[in-house]
Amino acid sequence: MRFVDEYRDPAKARALARQIASLCEPGRTYKLMEVCGGHTHTIYKHGLEAYLPEAVSLVHGPGCPVCVIPMGRVDDAIAIASQPGVTMATFGDLMRVPGRRGSFLDAKAKGADIRMVYSPLDALRLARELPDRQVVFMAIGFETTAPSTAVTVLRAQAEGVRNFSVFCNHVTIIPPLRAILSSAEVALDGFIGPGHVSAVIGCRPYEVIAREHQKPVVVTGFEPLDVLQAVYMLMRQLSERRAAVENQYSRVVSWEGNPAALQVIDQTMELRPSFEWRGLGDIPYSALKLRSRYAAFDAEERFEVPGARVADPRACQCGQVLRGLIQPWQCRVFAKACTPERPIGTCMVSSEGACAAYYNFGRRHRQAQKAGQR
Amino acid sequence: MTLAHGSGGKATQALVQAVFVEAFHNPRLDPLEDGAVLEVPETATNGRPRLAYTTDSFVVSPLFFPGGCIGDLAVNGTVNDLAACGAQPLALSASFIIEEGLALADLRRIAQAMAKAARAAGTEVATGDTKVVQRGKADGCFITTSGVGAVHPGARLSIANARPGDRVIVSGPVGDHGATVMLARGELGISAQVASDTAPLNGLVAALLDEAAAGTHALRDPTRGGLATVLNEVAAASGVGVVLDEAAIPVRTAVRGACELLGIDPLYVACEGRMVAVVAPDLADRALAAMRAHPLGAEATVVGEVTAEPAGMVLEKTAFGGTRVVDMLSGDPLPRIC
Repeated sequence: MRFVDEYRDPAKARALARQIASLCEPGRTYKLMEVCGGHTHTIYKHGLEAYLPEAVSLVHGPGCPVCVIPMGRVDDAIAIASQPGVTMATFGDLMRVPGRRGSFLDAKAKGADIRMVYSPLDALRLARELPDRQVVFMAIGFETTAPSTAVTVLRAQAEGVRNFSVFCNHVTIIPPLRAILSSAEVALDGFIGPGHVSAVIGCRPYEVIAREHQKPVVVTGFEPLDVLQAVYMLMRQLSERRAAVENQYSRVVSWEGNPAALQVIDQTMELRPSFEWRGLGDIPYSALKLRSRYAAFDAEERFEVPGARVADPRACQCGQVLRGLIQPWQCRVFAKACTPERPIGTCMVSSEGACAAYYNFGRRHRQAQKAGQR
Repeated sequence: MTLAHGSGGKATQALVQAVFVEAFHNPRLDPLEDGAVLEVPETATNGRPRLAYTTDSFVVSPLFFPGGCIGDLAVNGTVNDLAACGAQPLALSASFIIEEGLALADLRRIAQAMAKAARAAGTEVATGDTKVVQRGKADGCFITTSGVGAVHPGARLSIANARPGDRVIVSGPVGDHGATVMLARGELGISAQVASDTAPLNGLVAALLDEAAAGTHALRDPTRGGLATVLNEVAAASGVGVVLDEAAIPVRTAVRGACELLGIDPLYVACEGRMVAVVAPDLADRALAAMRAHPLGAEATVVGEVTAEPAGMVLEKTAFGGTRVVDMLSGDPLPRIC
């Protein structure tokens, strides 16, 4: 298939693997964080680690929007969805995310009207079709999806739709990366930068990471050869003792990003002073809320929201996975108490979650496979 | 109950085990094959025939889609479950739960499609039942079909019979039906030239068993949950591993494209006119040739091999050159496709 198979060519992968291996300095190990859950999914789905030398390991970052949502926000969303007359519209990924007393899927089975949609505009359409109900869109995601929420709010306003609101959980990508680097718990050598987010924000925002933390960042596409090439580009920077922002995904991402998308975000949303991230705790100025002039479309203004804070289950180590401290299989409940059917932590829910990706695609013969390829 | 319990994946299996096997527990049900095989008391005239017996419900939305409708789907689904037991259909039953307000013309179209599909399979709808419920209590029309079939005398089929070295053959491209229904709903805003593969496979299975019954260890039609789920069931029941070769698995370009866009893996997307055969290596070539000689198996191909290890798991050699686990689904990407 055109524009897909070109990026999955094993001969090119072997050539890149040789170049990566040649850049490894003897006795040194390399830890690269793939920030985005989409990359985690690609790495496991295609068995990409088979091409990496033992000295290079990939650790998973906080870039899966489902994984970083704290339990308290899930409980808040279920509280809104359970109010009479409310229809909650959500992406399918979120259906199984556990709150303190169950997930959307459980709430739906108990009678809450929760519908899966593929875009916020579908939620707005639902509001027009159900004029007697209050339709709430559960908005999640990084700067990738924030523009479509913003456009939907603007359209709802233009069309005078009064029974539509947004429960805004949009987050931003740079603050958690800086939080991880500042915590100094994990020695990272560089970042495989997210692709879709960067299509919106561009490459410039990552310069602070290269400049202040001296870590190379390569903005990267989602096909397996993209990721392998990004590893090569990071290794080349490390071997040349450079720390710069480079763009591997130039077929989609421009240096300045998408000004129209940034403009609609800025028009409708502002940074919250602080927001809780699953496993990372409170991070200042890391999430978005609707500006006060769009309060009519803000579910947090329209409904009673408990706003309770819920500690993560004690057994769950999602926080350490999201900070790159441990790999999924090192979590004490991985594949035992915590599985995709009965997830304890969010990382086991979304197909982009590190634990689910590893559970679904990678969990067997990892070492044997690595050894066999060499 | 949640929708995940209807996905055909792990939640469905857990529900069936915990509720139905628990309640009905008996040696014909417990292996959870596509149908039960019944020994008929021996008579002077017909020796000792074996009958296959199965049932299936259909709740597909929309009722009509490119390549078929709920009617032919309901007939072919049960014919194919009998075929997976190695049986030719003798007779079918059909039960209709119809929602108040369904157009008579639609019901007639559905019934005509069922009659045509039954003729194509060499059988007929011999008995049935009709119920009508209030508006909102069913979605248009739900159909349950059951079937009785005569098992091929040479067939010794079970998903527990796979042995290391066996070849895994699929009778044609996978995912056509699921992708078609998903796009026919029009919720996704994409369109593609795809049509359901719904078709009766009893003729194809007869051709296969006439040629290679002794080496055919297991048959399964990969409906809900797709090829991946069927092979996980084989791996678990037989205590073997299955290693697939991604590059060998036939998927139509339009189906692959739609799946790429939606982030769905075609291995998990339903087929309604494909059979998966697990065949001993010495008879695999003959089995493949027999399938290819049949019009519904022209694109049959070997997609993988049964291995001793890792027992109970399905792996895939990716076209990219890695290896990955192909697990059973735990959620439901596409409810109500059949």
